[in-house]
Amino acid sequence: MSYEQLSAFAQTSGMIYFMAIFAAVCLYVFWPSNRAKFDKAARIPLENEDIDHVR
Amino acid sequence: MTEARIIRAGFWGACLTMEPNLLKSKALPRFDIFFTCGLAFLVALWAVFAVSRAEDFGMTVHGWIFLAAAILAALGFVFNAHGTALQSDQSSYSDGVIRFGVIASTFWGIVGMLVGVVIASQLAFPDLLSFKDYGFLNFGRLRPLHTSAVIFAFGGNVLIATSFYVVQRTCRARLFGGMLPWFVFWGYQLFIVLAATGYLMGVTSGQEYAEPTWHVDLWLTVVWVAYLLVFLGTLWKRKEPHIYVANWFYLAFIVTIAMLHLVNNLAVPTSPFATSSYPLFGGVQNALTQWWYGHNAVGFFLTAGFLAIMYYFIPKQVNRPVYSYQLSIVHFWALIFIYIWAGPHHLHYTALPQWAQTLGMTFSIILWMPSWGGMINGLMTLSGAWDKLRTDPVLRMFVASLAFYGMSTFEGPVMSVRAVNSLSHYTDWTIGHVHSGALGWVGLVSFGALYALTPWLWKRERLYSLKLVEMHFWLSTIGILFYISSMWVSGIQQGLMWRSYNEFGFLTYSFVETVKAMHLPYIVRAIGGLLYLIGTCIMAYNLWRTIQGAVAKKEPLSITNPNLVPAE
Repeated sequence: MSYEQLSAFAQTSGMIYFMAIFAAVCLYVFWPSNRAKFDKAARIPLENEDIDHVR
Repeated sequence: MTEARIIRAGFWGACLTMEPNLLKSKALPRFDIFFTCGLAFLVALWAVFAVSRAEDFGMTVHGWIFLAAAILAALGFVFNAHGTALQSDQSSYSDGVIRFGVIASTFWGIVGMLVGVVIASQLAFPDLLSFKDYGFLNFGRLRPLHTSAVIFAFGGNVLIATSFYVVQRTCRARLFGGMLPWFVFWGYQLFIVLAATGYLMGVTSGQEYAEPTWHVDLWLTVVWVAYLLVFLGTLWKRKEPHIYVANWFYLAFIVTIAMLHLVNNLAVPTSPFATSSYPLFGGVQNALTQWWYGHNAVGFFLTAGFLAIMYYFIPKQVNRPVYSYQLSIVHFWALIFIYIWAGPHHLHYTALPQWAQTLGMTFSIILWMPSWGGMINGLMTLSGAWDKLRTDPVLRMFVASLAFYGMSTFEGPVMSVRAVNSLSHYTDWTIGHVHSGALGWVGLVSFGALYALTPWLWKRERLYSLKLVEMHFWLSTIGILFYISSMWVSGIQQGLMWRSYNEFGFLTYSFVETVKAMHLPYIVRAIGGLLYLIGTCIMAYNLWRTIQGAVAKKEPLSITNPNLVPAE
């Protein structure tokens, strides 16, 4: 395999790999039914305000 | 305590602690105690040999330190055996180790910054402050002491302490592992002492930010695996179904640092009782591995870990959820997937193949986006609550840290461009860039976290004095500005002088002329560092008074209650 072939393969597959992961993350993040879950998750640090005990 | 499910020590714990009552209870095996005791025994055994058969002075000293640590650990067990100290009350959070973490962070912060001021002064006044007869006071010995003390001792302790705090609160679970968190804490302090004493004796592997020698590296590996176990175990037994985003950043930090540490420090010791070793990689492979490590120490130690602090402490301090939880998820995955490739920008114009340099540069530029996405997410958390900046100096610390984060993550990609790098590399511009990130982002966000944690952990209504926090804020901000602007001046001047030729094609300046031109910026830099150090000392005093339960006389609790201050 020549350098040009290798670099063409690396560049193309790298681009597809990164785009696919980015698309997957965006789908997960913006999927409408996940909205409520994230809104709830965002409040986690604020909920245990004065609870000193695990239960 | 009445409902407490107390896990008691098992047979070996009972033998070791001479507490026969432990045997009567239906005990779960206490692997944490077996592990710690067994390890202390093995370390002591090895240390006895190291002390008696050491092939160099450094190993003799480190053997004694290991031996002393094992004896201290044994004494700690004996003195804590009676009563409930070794038991693990599952109904409350494990905060004792975090209190120690806050104190250790402050202590190492002052030590590291003090050494920084000393070496900055050595550069400004080399005649006055070079001690030829005392090798351990040389710049070359003190410089790694400074970098490791501020990054790993100060920053590392802040990360361990805050991660222990945040993971418990966001998982609603006590830290996993019984006394394992204590092992992580004390084991990490031992690592710091070994590394620091090693540098002063000239015991170093010679790799920047990875200077500890092989036996110290092995010790850190054990401690770090224990840290990972504590963190994962706490996540495992969480009562909150969702893993909050701060924990994702902490986990990325712990896992990636483990990987970087192992790969970059692969080496074959020359003997079991000598500090010297041969690295597994040589030449350009070594350089690439080193900067893969080096830049990801920035990306995952100094960025991902401290972003975790941002995602917990800023919402907490503003009392609002993070601006966009969705953005935080995109931020996380984008940051960790891109950062890991950026290292080669440290090796422009070297033997590293050009395509690898370009790859590093490209990823560094792409990195700008997730960095700023995260910064905007943190800043916008204040939307609707910007008035709190006026009344809450701790929040101002957090916001200033984000501003410096934004600035240094813009400057970094610019400097990674090969053409810019040809001017900036090996000059003080790099030092200035590092410090705008380290003093501005890491330092200020850590101070904010320490200011927030201290009243929470010691159950105080408020800090001793908010005026002192304000004073700290201004001293450190002005100190940083002195530091980075003097380094821009000296760095760009240095770069331009190095590359200037006369009409015959000779260099215009000799090297010593370029050094001479740095004198004034170096003085300004030392002053900036001194201001920053004074600020940290003020913080230490403020935290100490807060721990004591004192409240500044001029600021009674009634006038600083934020509920009573109207927003204009």
